[in-house]
Amino acid sequence: MTTSANAGIVRRKGPGARVGRIVLFTILGLFCVYYLMPLWVVVVTSLKSLDEIRAGSLLGLPQAPSFAAWGRAWSSACVGVRCDGLAPYVWNSFAMVIPAVALSTFLGAIAGYALTKWRFPGADTIFALMLFGAFIPFQVVLLPMARVLGILDLAGSVVGLVLVHTVYGLAFTTLFFRNFFVGVSNGIVDAAKIDGAGFFSIFFRLMLPMAPPVIVVTVIWQFTQIWNDFLFGVAFTVGDSNPVTVALNNLVATSTGVKEYNVDMAAAVIAALPTLLVYVVAGKYFVRGLAAGAVKG
Amino acid sequence: MLARVVEKWLPRIVVMPLFAVSLFFVYGFIAWTTWISFTRSGVMPDYGFDGLAQYERLWSTPRWYVALGNLAVFSILFIGLCIVVGILLAILLDQRIRIEGAIRTVYLYPMALSFIVTGTAWKWILNPGLGLEHLAHQWGWTDFHFGWLVDPRMAIYTVVIAGVWQSSGYVMALFLAGLRSVDDEVLRAAAIDGAGPIRTYTSIVLPMIRPVFFSAIIVLAHLAIKSYDLVVALTGGGPGYATDVPATFMYSFAFQRSELGTAAASAVMMLVTVLAIIVPYLWSELREAGR
Repeated sequence: MTTSANAGIVRRKGPGARVGRIVLFTILGLFCVYYLMPLWVVVVTSLKSLDEIRAGSLLGLPQAPSFAAWGRAWSSACVGVRCDGLAPYVWNSFAMVIPAVALSTFLGAIAGYALTKWRFPGADTIFALMLFGAFIPFQVVLLPMARVLGILDLAGSVVGLVLVHTVYGLAFTTLFFRNFFVGVSNGIVDAAKIDGAGFFSIFFRLMLPMAPPVIVVTVIWQFTQIWNDFLFGVAFTVGDSNPVTVALNNLVATSTGVKEYNVDMAAAVIAALPTLLVYVVAGKYFVRGLAAGAVKG
Repeated sequence: MLARVVEKWLPRIVVMPLFAVSLFFVYGFIAWTTWISFTRSGVMPDYGFDGLAQYERLWSTPRWYVALGNLAVFSILFIGLCIVVGILLAILLDQRIRIEGAIRTVYLYPMALSFIVTGTAWKWILNPGLGLEHLAHQWGWTDFHFGWLVDPRMAIYTVVIAGVWQSSGYVMALFLAGLRSVDDEVLRAAAIDGAGPIRTYTSIVLPMIRPVFFSAIIVLAHLAIKSYDLVVALTGGGPGYATDVPATFMYSFAFQRSELGTAAASAVMMLVTVLAIIVPYLWSELREAGR
């Protein structure tokens, strides 16, 4: 069993295997091209002038690369009637995503901890009901949510959006933390209880210090989900309080004068950059979140 | 004594409001939407019971049938293609590739993007005048014509193209994890019995990872029913309402046409569909976990 770490099919030797490897790498390489092609097209288009876009090739490198379109996308392109570029909306997205991620992660940690280490009658039922909340099509909560935000006087505000994302993110964050804390031995918690430690002191002194791996996964997952959200953003905010995804869609749809494809593409890169950076830096944790999100719920 | 009592009840005092609020925002809201779907609500909610009138209206609206038809076409192709591409890539990546990590990173990065970004990018690539069509003309294929994005009959397929691009890498990751869970001994035994690579996969390995197919289909079906952003970014539901799906239908009736009752009825139909798919799945998962 010394080679058991190597998965995959048993290889045969000889010239046939060599041809097989070449075919294998060719197909894998073609798929790399397939996945990277749109990113390439978007980036090179954003660096070209409009004339070059019309005359040149979709895939070609820019003759005279220029960040002019990026500047316009950031600070002067028109989103609807307002022509301040994407910058204000990027800040909206940060103002939304930072508190929403922090709150939903923290509350999810407490909920996951309470559900596993302070078990009470009905804990499993509550968890199952919450888990289900992660799956509903959000269309079914849009109308009542709009009314509740109106009643709370949060309609059309970034604060309202923070509330929405916190509430509907809780199902996933609770799931992540519950699955993590379930694996922590009850013995140490019981010992701490006997020593007189209470609910919060066990949580802050014992549980959280163990939890950085799951905290990282949860934060990355929530950041990506909330940054990329469009439905809640478009339904519950107006104009000035739009998150960047809504602004990008409006920018692309705004049709005053000549269509500036290079500016559209630069705007797309700006909107994508934060989550792409997170993926490049911490892809491992992102994939872990994806796996947990799919296989267990 | 008092401290003891407080200590005993503190966990519940802390978490009960949390659970109450989050359950209210899900189940209370579902109840509200369901109730509205049985009323005469138009621009404003009207709480008087009106029977199935909204459902009758919904099911006699041609646009709803367009939305359902598009959802059917999109779901079948999206799920089917994602699974085919996902399995193929997972099997290929499972052949002891040294740079597997790098390749996997490339295949999976679209999952980190917003559907709005994906839609914007593909809208440009598929642009009838300047996108792929232009490229094909430059490469000498001068009668190549690609106008799916503005063709009411074909536009829904552009949503499939972009959706598969975004999600197939993720399906690959699910299947790769499944393949890795198959014991090497099984593969060795198959080789000793003289089974070729294709036969090993089709009749031994793939049947063994049946649960992965199940998870992948559930996740993809769920994504397909909820899909809203991609359609909005790529076609805006158009031309006309040719690429409407239930999610865009609901949004448009709720927030643009202010027909709350019909919008609520369509949302309830979406919920029922998701329930029919998710509940048996969650049920079996939770039972498994409890075992």
